[in-house]
Amino acid sequence: MQVSLFVTCLVDQMWASVGTSTVEVLRRVGCEVEFDDRQTCCGQPAFNTGYRDEARQVAQRFIRIFEESKADAIVSPSGSCTAMVHHFPELFAGDTQWAERAKAIASRTHELSSFLVRVLKKEDVGASWTGKLTWHDACHGLRDLNVKSEPRALIRNVRGAEFVEVDNAESCCGFGGTFSVKYPEISVAILDQKIEAIERAGVQAVVSGDASCLMQIGGRLSRKGSKVRVMHLAELLASRTTD
Amino acid sequence: MNHLSSETFGENAKAALADTQLRGALRHATSLFGKRRLEAARSLSNWEDLRTEARAIKDEVLLHLDRYLETFTANAEKRGAVVHWARDAAEANEIICGLARQRNARTIVKSKSMTTEETHLNDALEAAGMQVVETDLGEYIIQLAHETPSHIIAPAIHKTKGQIAELFTATLGMAPTEDVAQLTSTARATLRDRFAAADAGISGVNFGVAETGTIVIVENEGNIRLTTSLPRIHIAVMGIEKVIPRFADLDVFLKLLPRSGTGQRLTTYQSFITGTKRNASDEGPEELHIVILDNGRSRMLAHPLTRQSLACIRCGACLNACPVYQQVGGHAYGSVYPGPIGAVITPQLIGIEKTAQLPYASSLCGACREVCPVKIDIPRLLLHLRAEVAAGPKGNAMERMVFKIWARVMMSPSLYKLGSRAGRMMQRVMPLSRAWTSGRDLRPIERQSFRDLWKTKYGQ
Repeated sequence: MQVSLFVTCLVDQMWASVGTSTVEVLRRVGCEVEFDDRQTCCGQPAFNTGYRDEARQVAQRFIRIFEESKADAIVSPSGSCTAMVHHFPELFAGDTQWAERAKAIASRTHELSSFLVRVLKKEDVGASWTGKLTWHDACHGLRDLNVKSEPRALIRNVRGAEFVEVDNAESCCGFGGTFSVKYPEISVAILDQKIEAIERAGVQAVVSGDASCLMQIGGRLSRKGSKVRVMHLAELLASRTTD
Repeated sequence: MNHLSSETFGENAKAALADTQLRGALRHATSLFGKRRLEAARSLSNWEDLRTEARAIKDEVLLHLDRYLETFTANAEKRGAVVHWARDAAEANEIICGLARQRNARTIVKSKSMTTEETHLNDALEAAGMQVVETDLGEYIIQLAHETPSHIIAPAIHKTKGQIAELFTATLGMAPTEDVAQLTSTARATLRDRFAAADAGISGVNFGVAETGTIVIVENEGNIRLTTSLPRIHIAVMGIEKVIPRFADLDVFLKLLPRSGTGQRLTTYQSFITGTKRNASDEGPEELHIVILDNGRSRMLAHPLTRQSLACIRCGACLNACPVYQQVGGHAYGSVYPGPIGAVITPQLIGIEKTAQLPYASSLCGACREVCPVKIDIPRLLLHLRAEVAAGPKGNAMERMVFKIWARVMMSPSLYKLGSRAGRMMQRVMPLSRAWTSGRDLRPIERQSFRDLWKTKYGQ
């Protein structure tokens, strides 16, 4: 299957290894991966902060670029950015032509774990990683895309990994995009609930499907001197060694 | 921690975060409510269908609200009620003060009603020389403390047992105790005397049934039953959105409301009031007045997206589920209605100018939408309001400029690459954002961007 990678600007700029891991995993399960390096951002920061014109501009550019791709699917290592693409038709409400183009792109765009499990029907991608870990449900993946069982199924098939649930896996980490810098104190207060649960669980790593949440969680863990590391699902699935 | 302004939400929130008693009380109460709601919802196999049905009923009502309100009014008046229409809070208060004045009412008992909080009715009645006593335990506590409710269904949720004991000792002269039964019975004894002496009773309304002209009120303490039946005159205040078409629709709403609010399958009391008493020898008030309030609500009707804001049945589930509310509580919002639904309806009720921070008081996690019994898409409404703020006079000029520049960068791969290099260089020489790094470390940016790796690693 031909896949066009929507790497997201955050992964591209801040955490490139999530991107390379995504490529490794997709290739391992037999996909041909292309990357159009004209891509930048999906427009989410502007959309979520209230700047619709700017969001539309950037979204139109995104649509134009990915329309040119002949790939069967557009795959992204982010629930949040995928959800944004799924919001495109709403962003162009009242503009039938763009709304239609947006809808067509949205229907081809998948978050990594749901692409593997729902589209490719692969729950075992041949990964191995030794240690105890837990999963953080990133909000937009969970509530906008209904991604819940897919990453868990993938994790359970990672050889050597012991998976435990934390009781507040579905609670927000407090990131929320610009929210995290508009109201940093509230953002960190919310985050601390998450951190407490992670620490209680006695895991070596917390895994999630969004680099943004992981930067939030990891930033606090690091500030507190915790030994728990954060890992993107793509990194875990790409792993074939004992870590 | 009281009478705060929405305009200082950020500051209010910081103060709330420093209040360890408040945070302890909130953590305990919101998690308990949340757990009970989930259990109650799971006890019904058709929970999702009920939510869909409830929303469909509300959508139908809101689409033809004028017609349903007329039917409700006609049927309530047929049964002896007098219906009054109030365009805004001032009109509502004038009607109610006028009714009380004409009947020489001195003492008024009130049951819990967010709508009368919204109109600041107590202030108006007191200014008119009347004594008002809140009879809901939580409302009574905050009345004694001269505070405002911090939750839609649990007004004193921000107070610990110890704080309430201190308050009762200071105001009711009771011996210091933290025994809940004793605290409650002291309040009850004081309130019973008030009921007996009251000249008028004022209540809110949960549902107004158009088909029969019935008003429905749910509660657990029995104080509403007393407020609406003991005094000679009962005045009920309802927002225009409280009307539902048929009596049979209550089957849906009375399943959803208690389960979503307190996690109960049924509240202890459910009062169905249809007009006044039929015979002189019957018990109950001689007069029933229903004040129907707009106060900005009809503005929400105009837009197909914002209309759903009026579907809210005031269960408070979104407050309990909201990570922001869980941390800062209701007072920080500086609005009568706090939490996610408060951040949606307050700007629409009183204007976005005074409430521009509220739509941003959310991480957009969507937990509110997930628990809402009438499926209000709160995150989507918050985004809609954010766009209004950003485009309006309360928009932040600096932020607007940043997003203009951001869009230029994102529109141009060469600017984007340039920015990427600049960012990598800057991270070495200066700390990026204080707002981020005050509580969190910034993950070091990897040496190469993905697009560079793509070329070097995969040679493409």
